[in-house]
Amino acid sequence: MKIVVCVSHVPDTASRIKVGSDGKTIDPAGVTYIINPYDEYAVEEALKTKEKLGAGEVVVVTLGSENSKETIRKALAMGVDSGVLLKDDNQRDSFGIAKALAEEIKAQGSQLVFMGKQSVDYDNSIVGQLTAELLDYNCVTVCVKLEISGEKVTAEREIEGGREVVETSLPVVITCQKGLNEPRYASLKGIMAAKKKTIEEKSAASYTPKSEVVGMNLPAGKQPGRIVGSDASAVPELVRLLKEEAKVI
Amino acid sequence: MVNKILAVLEHREGTIKRSGFEAASIAAKLAKDLNTFADAVVVGDAISNINEVSKYGVQKVIHLKNSELANYSSSGYTEVITNLAKESNYDILILSNTSLGKDLAPRLSIKLEAGCVVDCVKLNLSGSDLILTRPTYAGKALIDVKILSDKKVITLRPNVFKAMAAENSAVAELVVKEISGVNLRSKVTSFKKSVGKMDVAEADIIVSGGRGMKGPENFHLIEELAEALGAAVGASRAVVDAGWRPHNEQVGQTGKTVSPTLYVACGISGAIQHLAGMSSSKYIVAVNKDKDAPIFTVADYGITGDLFEIIPALTNEIKKVKQS
Ligand SMILES: Cc1cc2nc3c(=O)[nH]c(=O)nc-3n(C[C@H](O)[C@H](O)[C@H](O)COP(=O)(O)OP(=O)(O)OC[C@H]3O[C@@H](n4cnc5c(N)ncnc54)[C@H](O)[C@@H]3O)c2cc1C
Ligand SMILES: Nc1ncnc2c1ncn2[C@@H]1O[C@H](COP(=O)(O)O)[C@@H](O)[C@H]1O
Repeated sequence: MKIVVCVSHVPDTASRIKVGSDGKTIDPAGVTYIINPYDEYAVEEALKTKEKLGAGEVVVVTLGSENSKETIRKALAMGVDSGVLLKDDNQRDSFGIAKALAEEIKAQGSQLVFMGKQSVDYDNSIVGQLTAELLDYNCVTVCVKLEISGEKVTAEREIEGGREVVETSLPVVITCQKGLNEPRYASLKGIMAAKKKTIEEKSAASYTPKSEVVGMNLPAGKQPGRIVGSDASAVPELVRLLKEEAKVI
Repeated sequence: MVNKILAVLEHREGTIKRSGFEAASIAAKLAKDLNTFADAVVVGDAISNINEVSKYGVQKVIHLKNSELANYSSSGYTEVITNLAKESNYDILILSNTSLGKDLAPRLSIKLEAGCVVDCVKLNLSGSDLILTRPTYAGKALIDVKILSDKKVITLRPNVFKAMAAENSAVAELVVKEISGVNLRSKVTSFKKSVGKMDVAEADIIVSGGRGMKGPENFHLIEELAEALGAAVGASRAVVDAGWRPHNEQVGQTGKTVSPTLYVACGISGAIQHLAGMSSSKYIVAVNKDKDAPIFTVADYGITGDLFEIIPALTNEIKKVKQS
């Protein structure tokens, strides 16, 4: 079985964000890029599934510019067999990303696809579902437990107040949440081996955008709050403020 | 020209959630601004509070009824709502950015060839263009997005928009449609409830503890304060990673995004990834002994001192005020 895992190349979550000169995207100067944290769970689950089946192949697919190869290499170092870069230097909307991923998954003939639950740049949590719908595949999002036996897929997804147990079948796109597994570290051997693995470059499928970012702003800084005191003697005043000024209790 | 708007309301075990009323209310308001009208749809079996929807200004409340759709099924809900939207020509669908809304909205958008923008915190009309504002980069930036396609599917961050009763509340018409023959390619077979706890994602008040709590044995202080306030218990990633608290309580970029009316942070430094999940709360209270902790940059009220002294005092004072 061929397993595809989609990973995105995103700014480190600790990065300081500045608006770029176009007023619509971030200024990349000084920003470190990493593999999207949730996508590490996706890579791990793909590798674990392959190991369990004892056969098959895991392919990592990333849409982005030349720089995204760094993130592909990271997945290869963890143990993924080969990589595909769908090259596009321009920002795409989520639909455009999903369109390109769906075309590639079709070309790979894969019935089992892993993604992260969310990429930490645009924080959308939609590319998995969009891709699955475009392919007419089933899809389980925010997955924290997974079992695949034959065609049958049993998964648990995290929702408000608990976990839903979902039953579905292949072909399927699974989006992975923290808790699903513990991503392995890339070993030195893995890092060396990754250098020899191939990254195929393809042009990303064309699309007509469905949405457009027209502006980016930094949130208005909050007025500094009030320090009510420095010990328990400030508690009655705090409670009074919550009751009379904020009116929240 | 925008055709009708449809609010998709979510329920839990047959009770429509507050975020559902928010969606209905915003749909009605947007419809008014666009000179059209809005309906609301609920998919499920028996819905106990369906009559309440009518006061939020929608024309029709459509109940797509089927006992097999009492629980969420991604394929089932996608199919029946798509059919309704196509048959009745809805141009804009509004959902809540909950687990269900996040799962469902993008699927509907593909079926309807619509653009999809999720987690909106502001809706603005610029001429006839609908401009949607949403946080990105963990809340470090806000983007304004325009959907280019005629059909649009959007989700609203819960608790940001207020559900407001319409002024001239003509009573909405309730339409019940029995649905049959739904293709359940995927379905929820059971629900494992996290025991006896309120979920942070849905709570109006949250009391969170961080590494400053020193150990899991001290979290009873947080639980007692939460109980006095009628709040849910939240946690920072540091204490979840340390195994002091379960992951479903984690607030932040890799946990849950919350926007309660009141968020009380105890012994939490306020790292950017934590702020990402809670800085849109209406009021923030911080208790931290370090006056330079970044949590104070977002807090409305703070006490710079020892939480082991302050939290029990706070719990007592709240109890006192609530009794009087
Ligand atoms: C990719 C990524 C994702 C992340 N996602 C999240 C996330 O979702 N949520 C999250 O919370 N973090 C997240 N983090 C971690 C984040 O960077 C911080 O490490 C974490 O939030 C710190 O938790 P804390 O505030 O409890 O601990 P600390 O930073 O150690 O702060 C403890 C605070 O307690 C105070 N304190 C100590 N003793 C007392 C006392 N007696 N009385 C009063 N105050 C006291 C201290 O002054 C200090 O400010 C993420 C990090 C990364 C890299
Ligand atoms: N440019 C991309 N290339 C490959 N996979 C992506 C890309 N963008 C998003 N994804 C996948 O889709 C998931 C959800 O992304 P998002 O909907 O943007 O939050 C991510 O965790 C990735 O697995």
